[in-house]
Amino acid sequence: MNGKGVIRGLGVVLQHFIDTYIVDIQARLAGRKRYYTPEGIAERSNYKARGIFTVQYPEEKLPVPEEFRYIPFLVYEEGPNGEQVQRCTSCGICAKVCPPQCIWITRTSDPVTGRPVPSPAEFIIDVDICMNCGMCAEYCPFDAIKMDHDYEIASYDRHRDNIFDIKKLSKPVSYYAQIRPTNYAREEAARQAEKEAKAAKKAGAAAAD
Amino acid sequence: MEQTIVTQVPDLAARFPGWVAPDTRPNFQGYLVQVDRLVDFARKLRDELGYDYLNSLTGVDYIAENKMEVVYHASRTAGGLGLVFKVQVPRDNPVVPTLTSIYRGAELQEREAYDLLGIRFAKHPDLRRILTWEGFAGHPLRKDWKEPFFEEDTKPFKSRWPNPEPVVRSEDQNPYSDNIQYPDDFQDPEKWVFEGDEAVYKALRRQHAGESDMETDRMIINLGPQHPSTHGVFRMVALLDGETIVDLKPVVGYLHRNHEKIGERNNWLGNIPFTDRLDYVSSMSNNFGYVLAVEQLMGIKVPERAEYIRVMMAELTRIISHLIATGFLGNDLGVFFTPVLYCLEERELVLDIFEAVSGSRMMCNYYRFGGVARDLPEGTLDKVRLLVNDRLSRKIDDIDRYLTENDIVQIRTQGVGVLTAEQAIATSAGGPVLRASGVPYDIRRAFPYSIYDRLEFDVCTRNHGDCFDRYLVRLDEIRQSLRILQQVLRDIPEGPIMAGKNTYMVKVPAGEAYGRVEGPKGELGFYVVSQGKPNPYRYHVRAPSFINLTSLADMCKGQKVADTVVILGSIDIVLGEVDR
Repeated sequence: MNGKGVIRGLGVVLQHFIDTYIVDIQARLAGRKRYYTPEGIAERSNYKARGIFTVQYPEEKLPVPEEFRYIPFLVYEEGPNGEQVQRCTSCGICAKVCPPQCIWITRTSDPVTGRPVPSPAEFIIDVDICMNCGMCAEYCPFDAIKMDHDYEIASYDRHRDNIFDIKKLSKPVSYYAQIRPTNYAREEAARQAEKEAKAAKKAGAAAAD
Repeated sequence: MEQTIVTQVPDLAARFPGWVAPDTRPNFQGYLVQVDRLVDFARKLRDELGYDYLNSLTGVDYIAENKMEVVYHASRTAGGLGLVFKVQVPRDNPVVPTLTSIYRGAELQEREAYDLLGIRFAKHPDLRRILTWEGFAGHPLRKDWKEPFFEEDTKPFKSRWPNPEPVVRSEDQNPYSDNIQYPDDFQDPEKWVFEGDEAVYKALRRQHAGESDMETDRMIINLGPQHPSTHGVFRMVALLDGETIVDLKPVVGYLHRNHEKIGERNNWLGNIPFTDRLDYVSSMSNNFGYVLAVEQLMGIKVPERAEYIRVMMAELTRIISHLIATGFLGNDLGVFFTPVLYCLEERELVLDIFEAVSGSRMMCNYYRFGGVARDLPEGTLDKVRLLVNDRLSRKIDDIDRYLTENDIVQIRTQGVGVLTAEQAIATSAGGPVLRASGVPYDIRRAFPYSIYDRLEFDVCTRNHGDCFDRYLVRLDEIRQSLRILQQVLRDIPEGPIMAGKNTYMVKVPAGEAYGRVEGPKGELGFYVVSQGKPNPYRYHVRAPSFINLTSLADMCKGQKVADTVVILGSIDIVLGEVDR
């Protein structure tokens, strides 16, 4: 109880303080840019990081991992004439599984017969209610709803801007493939395999006939 | 597997004829106790059979049978199987004798059962509402209670698909613009006299009337923290004699959202992301407790790799939770933000791993019934390995060197907020609070779950029971968690991560289950009752930080006002879990 502990503790702080300069100077001498570059951010946020740890948002942004999830979006395929072909069949599984119940879906019905058509007429997500759990994306059997990476959705009027309709939610497959390459590749491979299995079955059935 | 400490639960029906009867409902455990014998039974249980620790107390509203049930889970800190016993009372006049005279840990839990279910506990020293506000109309967990803007009893709501109604917000449906029902005699919010505060003050004064022999005026003051960035919004009402605390009552509920009612409306799967929001710094542990409870009912065996992943995530969670506790203790001591930021730096690296694995830093939502949501992305194990082996242990030593020897920290924490082992057991304290008082009780050892029975680690204890020891126990536990992580990283096998298919249609057979894990803050228990429906019939959370608050008064008595801040910091509460 003679203040030695305090001084030793301050030594730890001093070490941290000096480190910030040493690391910066070392990086400069080695010609590495520690700030405002992706490499610099990676250097400052890995397990060996010393010195300045914080990131100057919004000038610098931490890269998000592939699994990062924020607000769902609807995946559409681009048709031959550039039209949007929704993968969604409006089966309603996402609306059922959604824990806070933030998804409202209207089914399209055939104008002539009145029968439901497997495509959504409207798809609304109240993003104020959405808790970003990702259950909709996890349980969608058609890979039609996926979680986005874009986390900057602040707006001025929540009543007007925070209810996302189908227009605002729809994004092309290419975007999905770009933000989640591994998942996309896996799903495409699975789909391809299924298609082949089906074709083989068909061929087998045809051969049997 | 050799079981050494686990002994048989004695046949209580033979031992207490006429008092108890086995609970014969299918998939239910334990005993039904006669209401008029409850107190005697509990006393004998504690004194003769050694069940000295009341884990959990809660009520269930069986509306179809017109009955209210109170469920008690007790166990022995010396080791051995747990015991469940229940009392049933008629629903229209639910009065149960209080067990606070035997297990003081029942105090806050009985208040909670009274508040949410309307079960009255006769002779309870201070039976007031605790989570909802004093003017609340009705008891929300009763099955016939409905809020004013009420959609349906259970999710999914029919208004969403296939013919949705326009998007409506409940707050727009009510003239007061929140979804609150006011009591019948409630006329005008402007003229309403708030009696809640007076009730707390009166309760404090009543309990200590005539104690002071001198003509000193005792003073009541309200203490914070009242800011979300501290521990949350929390109030302590302290009765002071000079600057010394005579007694203290925690006032909670500012963040109450009736998690349990939400849970009973959700389907089984939909509860997992909601458990994240309980103790929001350790969401992985919360997931773990809940899936364990439901898996007990479903009877699924989790694949080996999933078990390892689960334990790995739970231990990483323990590390970050203890880091936060340590850092913010520094904040409470006035070491403003330097230790917190050192701790948060390490936490950030762990959160990066959570983000890569589960998709979210804090609200992980990663565990599923029968496994985990997805396999670890490539390279995760290497990342964890580097973090555990090369960084965290070094940084823990750094924090240790920085704080432990610090004279000011020592003076402010040593001998402050002492909780003896007897008090800790009686008040059902859990986790580091209990173990810092010298009681080696850890759910990972007392009721081994997952793969903890084959992992090597020590149950850390300290003997003084003061704030300093609680801090040290946390540092010890971080080191033990690192030890566990090294074993997990060494042994983790390849293989499936899910038993069966990951489906949203979860079938849970009727029955009850109590799943518990050693969360970072103490025993985190989930009591669920299923009636075979897609949603739980009863869903109760045994929240460790809430129950740890029972011992707050014991720790604070005789201390100075400034010490309460440190004591509260050393308990490490998270208000998301306290208020639920």
